[in-house]
Amino acid sequence: MLSAESLASIDREVAKYPADQKRSAVMAALRIALTERREQGQTPEARCLTPEVIEYVANYLEIAPVAAYEVATFYNMYDMKPVGKYKITVCTNLPCALSGGVSAAKYLSEKLGIAIGETTADGKYTLLEGECMGACGDAPVLLVNNHKMCSHMSPAAIDQKLAELE
Amino acid sequence: MLEIEIDGKKLTAPQGSTVMEAAHSIGTYIPHFCYHKKLSIAANCRMCLVEVEKAPKPLPACATPVTDGMKIHTHSDLAKKAQAGVMEFLLINHPLDCPICDQGGECQLQDIAVGYGNGASRYQEEKRAVPGKDMGPLVSAEEMSRCIHCTRCVRFTEEIGGFQEIGMAHRGEFSEILPFLGKTVNSEISGNVIDLCPVGALTSKPYRYSTRAWELSRRKSVSPHDGLGANLIVQVKHNEVMRVLPLENEEINECWLADRDRFSYQGLNSDARLKTPKIKFDGRWHDTDWETALAYVVKGLNGVSADHGKDAIGFLTSPHSTTEELYLAQKLARAFGINNIDYRSARSDFRADAAKQGAEWLGSSIVELAAAKSVLVIGSSLRSEQPLLASRIRQASKKGMALNIIHVADDELLMNVHAKLIASPLALVNAVAQVLKAVVAIKGGDSTLDLAQVDVSAQAQAIADSLCAGETARIVLGAVAQHHPAYSELLALTQEIARISGAGFGVLSEAANSVGAELVGAWAQGGMSAGEMIASPRKAYVLLNTEPEFDGYNSAASVAAMKQAATVIALTAYQSEGLLDYADVLLPIAPFSETAGSFINMEGRLQAFNGVTKPQGEARPAWKVLRVLGNMLSLDGFGFNSAEEVRSELLAKGDIAQRLNNSLSSIAANTAAKAGVVRVGEVPVYSTDAICRHAPALQATALAAAPVARIAADVFAAAGLAEGELALVKQGGATLRVPAHLDASLPAGVVRLAVARAETAMLGGMFDTIEIERG
Ligand code: SF4
Ligand code: FES
Ligand code: FES
Repeated sequence: MLSAESLASIDREVAKYPADQKRSAVMAALRIALTERREQGQTPEARCLTPEVIEYVANYLEIAPVAAYEVATFYNMYDMKPVGKYKITVCTNLPCALSGGVSAAKYLSEKLGIAIGETTADGKYTLLEGECMGACGDAPVLLVNNHKMCSHMSPAAIDQKLAELE
Repeated sequence: MLEIEIDGKKLTAPQGSTVMEAAHSIGTYIPHFCYHKKLSIAANCRMCLVEVEKAPKPLPACATPVTDGMKIHTHSDLAKKAQAGVMEFLLINHPLDCPICDQGGECQLQDIAVGYGNGASRYQEEKRAVPGKDMGPLVSAEEMSRCIHCTRCVRFTEEIGGFQEIGMAHRGEFSEILPFLGKTVNSEISGNVIDLCPVGALTSKPYRYSTRAWELSRRKSVSPHDGLGANLIVQVKHNEVMRVLPLENEEINECWLADRDRFSYQGLNSDARLKTPKIKFDGRWHDTDWETALAYVVKGLNGVSADHGKDAIGFLTSPHSTTEELYLAQKLARAFGINNIDYRSARSDFRADAAKQGAEWLGSSIVELAAAKSVLVIGSSLRSEQPLLASRIRQASKKGMALNIIHVADDELLMNVHAKLIASPLALVNAVAQVLKAVVAIKGGDSTLDLAQVDVSAQAQAIADSLCAGETARIVLGAVAQHHPAYSELLALTQEIARISGAGFGVLSEAANSVGAELVGAWAQGGMSAGEMIASPRKAYVLLNTEPEFDGYNSAASVAAMKQAATVIALTAYQSEGLLDYADVLLPIAPFSETAGSFINMEGRLQAFNGVTKPQGEARPAWKVLRVLGNMLSLDGFGFNSAEEVRSELLAKGDIAQRLNNSLSSIAANTAAKAGVVRVGEVPVYSTDAICRHAPALQATALAAAPVARIAADVFAAAGLAEGELALVKQGGATLRVPAHLDASLPAGVVRLAVARAETAMLGGMFDTIEIERG
């Protein structure tokens, strides 16, 4: 279900913990599984974590599937619902909101033609609101696909970013 | 020891104990939900907040270790305010549906809200709703809006059950308790989450909405299933058993029950209960009265003994019957001149009978077994044979017991296993002999058994090392070993290992009263064994609480023996298909819940109980039936007026403890491993006795699914089978088509196919050879 490279990365994470504590690697393993699915998946449905993937990861770590499911559903960054090729998460918490975070989200929403929480019809973009990313000074900030942080996202910067993502 | 003070009372508490434990030790109650003495500490409900002097804010009693000089107030204003605050939070999302909640009247949330909460809530907003979940046929999780997220159920499955089947998904306001998507909760001890759940979120599916808790009367009893002898509280309304709960007994079942103990009561109320005596004549069954039925029995027994001699009659009894019943059955048989009586229908090897020196038992107390540093379990599918003992061993294996296994399948035990040796039934004797040889090499000394041809494997060496290193070591033989055709050799080898290594040994008594049956002499002793009575069929059989097609080692042969008999007299609580087919008289007897009696558990503990309801219909306690029969047969010594009188007579034969002895006076074993394809036929967890066989909820569980053939890789490949397709199984001239599944946990040459099921009743012996091909 996962590629050899992904399994090798999971093994590297597992090696960081004592042999009988494989479950400690569950967050990393789910992240690796999600990254592979996002990169390989051709449809929004194929880019998120499904119960089958979670069960596979759990069995790989020799933990109960429901234990991995608890972790996968606890943290927002694990996509449990179909998601676009580019998941854009805009911070709208108070400090950001005071410095244009909300308008950045609004601008993106208008530009992509979708409301917050939705995915474009072509399955390319998903727009989400996020909580403080610890970069309030650089507001407005947004995250692309969990791992790429973009600061000072004025409308012009957003246009440029979207062009890059094309 | 630390000196502390709780509500002005001075006490000492051991280092490392918590405020909660200290409070309990002096009988001070602190309200709590998530705390449970047998589970890890989660400290997530916050109900147990107490004031601790010098601490800046209230502390959770369950998670606060005591320190020297600590002064605790459980009822101060600060504590009370904190508790009322937590209560208000807990009730924010809790539905006010107590009138229609099954937990109403026995709900900790209800009780604690009354005791520690405020009269009204300030919360006016909408409450959340959580969809119900499917946890299987035993545990209902329909109303999950009631859950207060104490996580007791989650911790139970993980810590006590050994596998986390329930989890808490999502976060904060969206938290939900659920099994993994599409799965049900399949543990053999799952029902305990119902007791643990402090609210009405998890309830008993078979019981829910049938009565209110306060309408029930509570009566003590003892579980009639496995050899543990779990203590029960049986709850009764209008002379009907409505449900069964655990009666805490730390030395036996702790505060738990296996699902078999908890849900089998449905079988007591089954439509298949026999309620009137029945006689078959003119090829049809006729209801009759006791007098006619008993006269018919007396005529039958006298007739067969006159025509064919007393030896032509055989008594098959059950280790699930009470001590009093078994005592009277054998007394009646022997007084009449019949020595063919046995409770061991499921066994196939009786060669050790002549060397027996006492009653077989565990060899120690249950607590001592769990405290042993090293334990070797031979031939036991622990989790299905002894669900609660397995859970106790699981806890012990976490605390450092080295658990060693010799078995015919590499079962998932969900516990830490130190070493295991998996061998086909044909190589099981050899496997145990390997351990003996390694023990002899470690300890020196000499075994009287010939071990020259035995090669010690690495696993056997590891097991031997463990047994010899542990300061206390115990060896126990499970039901698979006891039913095995070489049981006497397994027992002999075990005795030798124990003698040389200094370990103790015994058997995991498979039924509630196996030890009782041993003690009262309800086994061959001068007559035929159960095996002989089937191998050389008798003219007449008397069956006490026995269904030979399910309880026998070889169901096909057992049924054939019944069918050829001139008369079969069955004392039974159920009119099962088999009995209706081959029996001639059915005498309705009371199950354990409707008679006074006693069971002697695996550790030799006699536990007496009274009937909790009156017998149904015309059914009568078997001891009374046997007493009347004794009188009608003009036998002496059947003047009993009560079960207690029977008990005092049988106990007068000597102290129980003095008569328990597993050692054989002479031993022999052929240690060569044989080759071939052999069946591993085990009794499924919910097929052990007629009561659970008639309990619909247990029969609907995944553990009671229709039998399939699980097949070792070599046999599977040789037969050219494909996964899931039908295979043709042949045993003893009978054939059966069942789905075939490749099973990597089986040693070479093994086909695992359950016995004690209607689907496989046409087949032969549990551990006999079997053929399998594409079908
Ligand atoms: S279902 Fe019951 S036991 Fe489980 S977390 Fe909720 S309240 Fe606690
Ligand atoms: S509030 Fe947006 S990054 Fe902190
Ligand atoms: S009982 Fe202490 S926090 Fe729940």
